[in-house]
Amino acid sequence: MTLAAAAPYGFLSPTGVEVSFLLVGLVTFAAALVTVTTKQLVHAALWLVVALGGLAVEYLLLTAEFIAWVQVLIYVGSVVVLLLFGLMLTKAPIGRSPDADSGNRWAALTVAVAAAATLVWVVVDAFRTQWIDLDAPQGTTAVTGAMLFQHWVLPFEALSVLLLAALVGAIVLSRKADAKADAKADAGTGGAESPADAAGPADKERQR
Amino acid sequence: MNDALDVALRLLVVFGVFLVLPLVIGQTEHKVMAHMQGRLGPMYAGGFHGWAQLVADGVKFAQKEDVVPAGADRRIFQLAPAVALLPYLLVLVAIPIGPGEGAVGEVVDAGLFFVLAVMGVGVLGSLMAGWASANKFSLLGGLRTAAQLLAYELPMLLAAASVAMAAGTVSLPGIVEAFEWWWLPWQIVGALVFFTAGLAELQRPPFDMPVADSEIIFGAYTEYTGLRFALFLLAEYAGIVVLCGLTTVLFLGGWQGPWGADGLGWVWTLLKTAVLAFVVIWLRVSYPRLREDQLQKLAWTTLVPLALAQIALTGIVKVAIQ
Repeated sequence: MTLAAAAPYGFLSPTGVEVSFLLVGLVTFAAALVTVTTKQLVHAALWLVVALGGLAVEYLLLTAEFIAWVQVLIYVGSVVVLLLFGLMLTKAPIGRSPDADSGNRWAALTVAVAAAATLVWVVVDAFRTQWIDLDAPQGTTAVTGAMLFQHWVLPFEALSVLLLAALVGAIVLSRKADAKADAKADAGTGGAESPADAAGPADKERQR
Repeated sequence: MNDALDVALRLLVVFGVFLVLPLVIGQTEHKVMAHMQGRLGPMYAGGFHGWAQLVADGVKFAQKEDVVPAGADRRIFQLAPAVALLPYLLVLVAIPIGPGEGAVGEVVDAGLFFVLAVMGVGVLGSLMAGWASANKFSLLGGLRTAAQLLAYELPMLLAAASVAMAAGTVSLPGIVEAFEWWWLPWQIVGALVFFTAGLAELQRPPFDMPVADSEIIFGAYTEYTGLRFALFLLAEYAGIVVLCGLTTVLFLGGWQGPWGADGLGWVWTLLKTAVLAFVVIWLRVSYPRLREDQLQKLAWTTLVPLALAQIALTGIVKVAIQ
């Protein structure tokens, strides 16, 4: 995606921003690869931090400042912490986990490549001729807010209803588990579930 | 060239503040705690009221052997203190202490989001330390840290969102510019929620369950010695500076005061920050530690509803005065 986006303009006279975009993209891609290939579970989560942080830097380079900070806030600050919390609950061992491998790896790879190809194709097809003027403010909070609440307000509201449904669903599921499982089990799900729920309304509130 | 020099100078000043203010707070904590508990505190180092005690502590930390446990994950164990400390340095860059371009390290458009996002990253350091130490107390400390962060991040964000709504901007200098004195009663609930949640995020007493010494030794930092341990301590004090500075900027009007806001605005900011830091120390001396379940209960059943109520109030008043 990085190459496709930068290639038509970047090869002849690449600007500093384009070069750094490419380099950060490579780092992000490498970190993402290590995330899915490493056999050390917690290392995978930490490499995910690098990958997500790299994405935030890419947003910054594209002047989408607001999105970049939201990316750090939600993904690095909350999602990865939740992930690490889960890993620690399962006592992720230090060193390699020999069973951290899946028989589905080829299927997963196929799906991933197909999804990536589709995304790259769609993005290239849609934005090939478009240019971001890096000097004019494009991704500041004011611009993002105006876009979100003027042009995209319907999808935005639909999304918040979806998140609300997910929230209610999570509560219902955890309650069912409570009734069935013994006390030990529901202590586990209760603790892990409630922070996950919180991500829903939090996401919405942050965007409002 | 001039621009580069400007940026370098600003970063240098911020770095200086980052090195000095946490130590000042540490020294104040020694003395304030001693006085509140009717004892002397360190009195000998340096002659006058033990002012050189922190320097001596620093030398002691630097001399200690840097031990990495045999079973630990070496690289992550060694990286963790840096991950815990650096975010606070970054946050400090964006906090304005006076009006105008000259009194802030770097004006960030979405400054509020920036500081909250980067502050959240610091906790990763504790988690990494807790897991990589290969020690059950450390792991428990890490778990408690994560649970605490997840619980208190939400009320903190909601309270900050309330003040952003009131000001109509998420830029930190913009929020102070928009501040009026009557915001104080208007946003008082949000301010309390923000400050409390921030204390919990820093794991300061009464929210120090993750490092409760009588149960799990020193939580995630149990296995650390020497300089790396000192870095974690420094992160805690830098965190106090950042939290008090942010509360000042968001809820107490930053450089605005009854008089002298034009020339001496930065004095107001520092003064308010210092008073808040005093409160942080005061709470450490005077409040018993909250139990883990009480911690979670306080966040989910008290702070989150209070923050939501504050947002509703902010919205109503904001619409009413327009």
